[in-house]
Amino acid sequence: MDSKIKDKNLVIPQDFLFGETEEDALPLDCGRKLSNVNIRYETYGELDATGSNAVLILHALSGNAHVSGYYSEDDHKPGWWHEMVGPGRPIDTDKYFVVCSNVIGGCSGSTGPRSLNMATGKLYNMDFPVITIADMVRAQFRLMKHLKIEKWLSIIGGSMGGMQALEWATAYPEHVHSVIAIACTARLSPQGIAFDWVGREAIMTDINWQNGEYYEKVPENGLSTARMLAHITYLSDESMSRKFGRGLQEKDQYSFDFSRNFAVESYLQYQGARFVERFDANSYLYITRAMDYFDVSERAGGNLSAAFAGVKSSFLVVSFTSDWLFPSAQSREIVSALVNNDIEVSFCEIESSYGHDAFLLEIDTLGKMVADFIRNRHQEWKHGRKT
Amino acid sequence: MVEKLKQELAKRPDLLAIYKLIPHNARVLDLGCGNGIFLRLLKKEKDAKCLGLELDQESIIECIDNGVPVIHSDLDQGLKFVNNNSFDYVVLSETLQAVHRPDLLINEMLRVGKQGLISFINFGYLPSRIQLLLKGTMPETKTLPNPWYNTPNIHLATIIDFRNLCHMLGVKIVKEIPLGRGDHSFAKAMPNLFASTCVFVIARR
Repeated sequence: MDSKIKDKNLVIPQDFLFGETEEDALPLDCGRKLSNVNIRYETYGELDATGSNAVLILHALSGNAHVSGYYSEDDHKPGWWHEMVGPGRPIDTDKYFVVCSNVIGGCSGSTGPRSLNMATGKLYNMDFPVITIADMVRAQFRLMKHLKIEKWLSIIGGSMGGMQALEWATAYPEHVHSVIAIACTARLSPQGIAFDWVGREAIMTDINWQNGEYYEKVPENGLSTARMLAHITYLSDESMSRKFGRGLQEKDQYSFDFSRNFAVESYLQYQGARFVERFDANSYLYITRAMDYFDVSERAGGNLSAAFAGVKSSFLVVSFTSDWLFPSAQSREIVSALVNNDIEVSFCEIESSYGHDAFLLEIDTLGKMVADFIRNRHQEWKHGRKT
Repeated sequence: MVEKLKQELAKRPDLLAIYKLIPHNARVLDLGCGNGIFLRLLKKEKDAKCLGLELDQESIIECIDNGVPVIHSDLDQGLKFVNNNSFDYVVLSETLQAVHRPDLLINEMLRVGKQGLISFINFGYLPSRIQLLLKGTMPETKTLPNPWYNTPNIHLATIIDFRNLCHMLGVKIVKEIPLGRGDHSFAKAMPNLFASTCVFVIARR
C-alpha cells in the first residue's frame, strides 16, 4: 500500500444489500419484514487465516459506519472514534479486522426512513416500520455472515452501541467471544425515555415536519432543538462549568432581550445547526424509539440475570462517574446479572467529568483497558483456553 | 513469567501462605485484589477461576492488563451482587483493618464463599507494644507506616481480638498461620506477641 495512503488511513465505505426476496427479507420485532435492506459498512485491517481477530464496533444514536480514518487525502474530518481505532491505536487495525456498520433506521447509508421503498416507489418516511435494537443486531448478523465471520473476537459499543453489544451476546451467544459495553444500560431508564419523548415532540411539532413527508423544507428547528436537548444530557454540570462558566459570547454585558448571550447558548445553537446538516429528522424519531423499547431482560420476563443465562462471552463493562444519562448504577446492574450467571466480567467506573460523552473523550484510560482486554481475549482464543 | 510473579509474591509472606492453601481448580474471590498479580498466578499455576474486587482505578487498569477479571467495588458496600456459595475461597489479605465494619464483611465473606482466607496485621506484635508502652504514642511500623490521623488502617486488632470476633460471630477458625521473623518459630509459640501478621482460615459452623 502507498505509504501516504497508509498514513492517512484512507477507507472506502461499502454496501451489502440483502432481502431482495421474500424469504431473505429481514423479520422485525414489530411483525413486519424489511425487504431490500442495505447495510453501509467499513472495514479496517485484515481478517486472519483462523478468523480469530474480527472486532465489531457499534455506533451510538448519531454515529455511523465511519469509525476511523479518512475518505480522501483532502478529508480533514476523521471517523468518530479515530483516536481509538486504527493502526497502533487501542483497537489496533494492524492486529484486528475491524468492522463498523450504520444501523438500519439510520441516515448514513443503511436503509432507513429516508430510503426508497421499492414496493411503492416512494420514500418510506413514516411508513418505515418501527425498528428495535434487536432488529439492528439481526441485520448486523446478516452482515457477519456476508463477511464470512463465524465469531467476533470482541463486540464493542458505547451508549446505544453498548445496548446492541448486550443484545448480540444474548441473541447470538455462539458468535460472540467477548463484549465491551461502555456507558450503557440493559434497559433505557424512564429518564432516558422522557428525554427521547421531548426530542421527538420538538421534531413532530415542527411545522415543516409534515408527518414525515418533508422535501425542500426540512424540520430544522425541531431537529436542532432535539439535538440541543440531547446534547445537554451528554455533558455534565462540571464539564459545562469548566468549558463555559457563565461567560458571555459576543458582548461583555447582557443584551436584555432573548437573543443568545451566554457562551453555553451559543455552543448549543452551534451543535444544533451542525447536527441538522448531517442527520435526518425521521431517523432521529426511529432510532430514539428503538432505544426506548430496549430492555434486554424482556426476553426473560424482566429478570436480567435470567436473560443472561445463555451468554457465553466474557465482558468488560465501563461507566463514568459523571454520566447521569446512563449512570454507573445501570452498568452495575449488568455486572451483577453477569456475576450471578458465573460469566467472566470486569467492570470499571472511570473517574471523569465529561458526562456521558466521556466514552468518546476518555481515550487514554479507556483505550488502555480496551486494548489490554482484547489482547488477553485474543491470547485465550488462540491458545484454545477460555478462562 | 511465573517465576517473576512468585518473586513479587515472596515480598508478601501472608499471600504466599494463602497461595499454598488454595488447591487446584478452586473458585477464588479476592477482596482488594490490587494489581491482580496474586490472582494471575493462581490462574496460571492452579487453574483457579478468579474474580477480584478493587476500589482503586489504577489497580483495576493493571488487573485488566494482567488478564484478571476485576470488579470496581467498595468493600464497605458489601458483596450484594455476589450469590451465596459461589466461591470456594474468599481472600482478604491485609485489608480487614481498612474496612468500616470488619464484622459485617466477615459474614459476607462466608455467605459467598465456603472458606475465608484472611491475613491481617497483628497490633499485639511486640514492636507495636513497645512503641505504645515506652514512647506512649501510636505505633508506626513497617507494616503500619501511617500516622494515626491519616491512615487507611482504621480498625487495628490483635490476634486475640480477631479470635474473639470469630467466636462472637459464630465463625469457626479452621487454621491459624502466624508469621513472624525468620523461621516463624517465635511467632508459632506466641503468636499474639511475635507474629507481625497472621493468616486465618475461617468457615461457617
